[in-house]
Amino acid sequence: MEGQKTETGLAFPGNVHQTPGGGILVSKMDDVLNWARSNSLWPLVFGTSCCAIEMMSAASAKYDWSRFGFEVARATPRQADVIIIAGTIVNKMAPVLKRLYDQMADPKYVVAMGACATSGGPFFYNTYSVVKGADHVIPVDVYIAGCPPRPEALIHALIALQDKIKAGGRREKITIEDIKK
Amino acid sequence: MIEEVAATTEGDLVINIGPQHPSTHGVLHLFVTMNGETIKKVEPHLGYIHRSIEKMDESLSYRQFIYSTSRMDYLSSHINNHGCALCVEKGLQLEIPPRAKVIRILMDELTRIASHCLWWGALAMDVGALTPFFHAFREREMINDIMEESCGARLTMNYMVPGGVMFDIQPNFQKHVKEFVAHFKTKIGEYDEMVTNNIIFQRRMKNVGYISPEDAVSYGCTGAVLRASGVKSDIRKIAPYDGYENVKFEEPLEMAGDCFARYMVRMKEMMQSLSIVEQLIDNIPEGDFVAKTKAVLKLPKGEFYSRVETARGEFGVYIVSEGGLTPYRIKFRSPGFSNLSALDHMSRGQKIGDLVAIMGTLDLVIPDIDR
Repeated sequence: MEGQKTETGLAFPGNVHQTPGGGILVSKMDDVLNWARSNSLWPLVFGTSCCAIEMMSAASAKYDWSRFGFEVARATPRQADVIIIAGTIVNKMAPVLKRLYDQMADPKYVVAMGACATSGGPFFYNTYSVVKGADHVIPVDVYIAGCPPRPEALIHALIALQDKIKAGGRREKITIEDIKK
Repeated sequence: MIEEVAATTEGDLVINIGPQHPSTHGVLHLFVTMNGETIKKVEPHLGYIHRSIEKMDESLSYRQFIYSTSRMDYLSSHINNHGCALCVEKGLQLEIPPRAKVIRILMDELTRIASHCLWWGALAMDVGALTPFFHAFREREMINDIMEESCGARLTMNYMVPGGVMFDIQPNFQKHVKEFVAHFKTKIGEYDEMVTNNIIFQRRMKNVGYISPEDAVSYGCTGAVLRASGVKSDIRKIAPYDGYENVKFEEPLEMAGDCFARYMVRMKEMMQSLSIVEQLIDNIPEGDFVAKTKAVLKLPKGEFYSRVETARGEFGVYIVSEGGLTPYRIKFRSPGFSNLSALDHMSRGQKIGDLVAIMGTLDLVIPDIDR
């Protein structure tokens, strides 16, 4: 029996072989670990500017990202799995962001929320202090467009991140088809 | 700054709070010099979100630079846009239609309520209660929906332009605002029940972070911080703009000067904003929502200043024009910067746990401070 497919990817990776004494589960350890990791991503409380407010909206009652397993926002990077870069990163903040990322335990994931974290956004031209995209500092898994993105967009990005984790981890090259599978 | 911290007496402890800390509401960095649990000195360290907005604005036209101010104090983005639009209008000597004025005031006051809702939830979260945050966001989302319908954005509105507003209000605007007003009136009692009348909360707030009226004035505090010390300072009363002289509202004052006074001023301000919205919602005049302007705006040579009352205090815009397409220099007077400067004075001699309560009642928005 194949693992049941849902809208957000595989429910549980593995096959159950029925035997007279009960079912035997055959699966790959990596798949099981990725499945487990993807469903309880703890975000780091990290907001530099406007996007942080939309991140708070996504956490509040109307959008409620805890439905998808992001409930436990952690204030310390040592307990967090995913860092949502909510806001502009400026030159003075860049070393701090790198340090926060280094302090997180593996496996760790990064979501660049909004135009500023993706590319510098509205502060791309004629500024002297803005980092033109957080991926100059740390590797980014998922980018979200918008200034600021809506809470729905953030939740969509986090579900895409879950699918990416389930589809084989962050270091492998995966395509859109893998995520849609 | 580093040398000053090093020159402390023996037995003192220097604690770094931030730049990544949940109660600094962003990326503020504080050097806190402690003796035991008592605060001796607090030195704010800025610049972690300095986006060089003022320099960037020198290369943007008079229509474009307003958009960057939505990203400064993003909780009062309408009011920031309003201040900039007023300053450009002053330079152009432009008279704006009455309909635009009323729409502007309505949007400003709704923004103020939304901002205070978020402040209330965040303050309760800072002092240890998580539930109020969810209650506050329930009301805030209603305002966000109203904004989204008319302005097309939830947070960074960019709705007010020189000459009026960018679009007319949606047909459902009045209905939805009335629904919100009725809903909010039933919930504000819940706020008091849950937080204001809570004895633990009151003990965290009362007699903490005192600032005298003289000190508050000399530090340049504005908004609720100054009014909590008993000084009248509402720009909407002192220098009314866009028809604030025609609406009836009170300026809430408290005399105690402590955290609880600042809390009470903001809670009363929400009710005053609500009453302004109620007065105007049925009296939106017909007509144009934007005055006719040239496609390219050029301010005459000179200096222009205008100020508005944001949810945090006085926001000033100072434009120096050389007569060209772009401003020669723009300076913003942001309320958060001056209010933050009083933090050291307020927290000396207090305990480390009180620092969070004091910062919470200052209602800091860090991109507004760093710009």
